Amino acid sequence: MDNAAALPLKAADTAAGNTKKSVRWGYKHNGFFALKVLLTLSGFIIAIIVNIAFPQKAAVEFKTYTLGIFGLNIDLTINDAYIFVIAVLMLIYGAAGLRAFFDRARRKLYCKNAAFRFAIGIALALWDIGGTKLQWFAQPFFPGPAQVIEAYLADGDYVVQNTLYSLRLYAAGFSCGVLLGVGTGILIGWFPKVYYWVYPVLKITGVVPAVAWMPFALTLLPNSFTAAVFLIVICAWFQIAFLTAQGIQSTPKQTYEAARILGSGQIGLITHVAIPHAMPDIFTGISSANAMAFTTLVMSEMLGQPGGLGYYINQSKVWSAYYKVLAAIVVMAVLFSLINHFIGIIKKRTLRWQEGVLKK
Amino acid sequence: MSSSISISRVNRVYTDTDGNTVNALADVSLDIKAGEFISIIGPSGCGKTTLLRLIAGLDKPQSGELSIDERAIKDVSTERGYVFQQGGLFPWLTVEKNIAYGLKARGVFKRNRSKVSDYISLVGLDGFESAYPHQISGGMAQRVAIARALINEPKALLLDEPMGALDSFTRADLQDKLLELWKQKGTTMILVTHDIDEAIYLSDRIVIMTPRPGKISSIVNVDLPRPRHRGGGEFLALRKSILEFFELAQAQPQPEYII
Ligand SMILES: Nc1ncnc2c1ncn2[C@@H]1O[C@H](COP(=O)(O)OP(=O)(O)OP(=O)(O)O)[C@@H](O)[C@H]1O
Ligand SMILES: [Mg+2]
Repeated sequence: MDNAAALPLKAADTAAGNTKKSVRWGYKHNGFFALKVLLTLSGFIIAIIVNIAFPQKAAVEFKTYTLGIFGLNIDLTINDAYIFVIAVLMLIYGAAGLRAFFDRARRKLYCKNAAFRFAIGIALALWDIGGTKLQWFAQPFFPGPAQVIEAYLADGDYVVQNTLYSLRLYAAGFSCGVLLGVGTGILIGWFPKVYYWVYPVLKITGVVPAVAWMPFALTLLPNSFTAAVFLIVICAWFQIAFLTAQGIQSTPKQTYEAARILGSGQIGLITHVAIPHAMPDIFTGISSANAMAFTTLVMSEMLGQPGGLGYYINQSKVWSAYYKVLAAIVVMAVLFSLINHFIGIIKKRTLRWQEGVLKK
Repeated sequence: MSSSISISRVNRVYTDTDGNTVNALADVSLDIKAGEFISIIGPSGCGKTTLLRLIAGLDKPQSGELSIDERAIKDVSTERGYVFQQGGLFPWLTVEKNIAYGLKARGVFKRNRSKVSDYISLVGLDGFESAYPHQISGGMAQRVAIARALINEPKALLLDEPMGALDSFTRADLQDKLLELWKQKGTTMILVTHDIDEAIYLSDRIVIMTPRPGKISSIVNVDLPRPRHRGGGEFLALRKSILEFFELAQAQPQPEYII
């Protein structure tokens, strides 16, 4: 086992030894790569040093929270929690660096990200100084990183609960919107009659921001959850239908002809020619509808939902707990990025046939 | 399995966006026997593609009749395979799936699964099964298009300059494969080409078309025994006479050029 694992490494080592000069100074060079890992981590090290060594000038109350982990009760000040978060980040990036060290294919990307990750550490350090140590920033609007983390310690379960509420709203609304959008888009794109009657309606209503329908949604629908789902459905539906129809209509005539000669019927032409051809446009629609759906989601939560991140922001604002507002914004950024990333993965899989055709 | 095709007094006039009319085919008649190998040659714009599209059922004439095995051609049919002059592959399908498309569209894929790899080998694309059309060369794409048309085992195969994008070696190779197939299955072949040698090498008869208006100006019987030799005396003599015919046609004053 050990031998097998060591073998390729040794081979690489001797190859490097024999032709020492041929490994150029770049991400393939071990020394160069080690420096990049160091650069990545040093930003966070600076952030920790600043946190420990920089004098605490402003009067900030560092509350202590007791966390029950594995049956142990651990007392943690919010500042300890901040250092703990930095340590976790370092652990993640350190592990990624170690992985890339052995898996050379990952090195290039890691090196590319190094400077930015260094900057994240520096930004944390500056934020710590400006928000907590000296409190240069206007308070209580821009608290330091430790106070933002306090929101998770104080409100952890509640934040999770609201995040799940948002996620449920989004999932219900967006998935319905995508289905309806693709469905109507296909009908509009395929049947000239449907195009004639529905397309202009879509074109006019499509430019109205979904939240404008809120008064109707709130009064006509049985509860606020369905009202918010309805608004998200609307903003995804119109946008996606629009682009799907365009994609279907731009299918080259010759592609249909080829399919017909090979034996495709009407249904086959839709499912095996028009829809695959429209896929890139469908995904363009999904991506842009996604961004609008986030906006609609948060707006409708702020304007009348019994839960969700938008609701949490609103509630925190009432108590002037801006650190909680920031905490919710951080959760949103992470959550929405993850959703985007997830859609990106599906898109890449589905549009694999386009790889290398489009300019990156 | 093969079909006879009869074209009688066909006219096809196109009107472009400015309202100008183009007489793409004027009074064209042609009878093709079952199992015959026909080539159509002629300068660009003489209506070769137009004629092929009419036979395929992709287009309709303004007047005249087209029939296959005594039945009028009304629509496309899997009995008539077609290889487009360019493009026509499904960019979202791999080479293998493009070729298998006809089987799936006709709902006979399960029974004929093994045919796919046979036809991939036939056109020499082993190893490229999972490549997408944009990842292969133009010549390879044309071979995919040929295999895709052949897999349905049509009674007549219509080929619109299928070898235009091929180098001369691949071209000769594919010509031989086409002949082999033709002999094996007896498919009626209608091949549009710009290459006089190709026409002589492959066909029983060569249909020579001229433009403005598009019409058949001559039909040459190729009575050479098969297999033919591209350098043979009779071969070259035939080639010379066809070339002379074109020079003659070219030499005639053409009012379109005097502007
Ligand atoms: N869809 C169309 N609309 C208008 N004019 C057309 C159309 N298709 C063909 N034509 C005209 O009809 C004439 C014959 O065209 P066709 O495509 O049959 O020529 P071709 O012999 O196949 O030429 P090439 O060798 O260049 O492929 C040309 O003058 C062309 O401009
Ligand atoms: Mg043509």
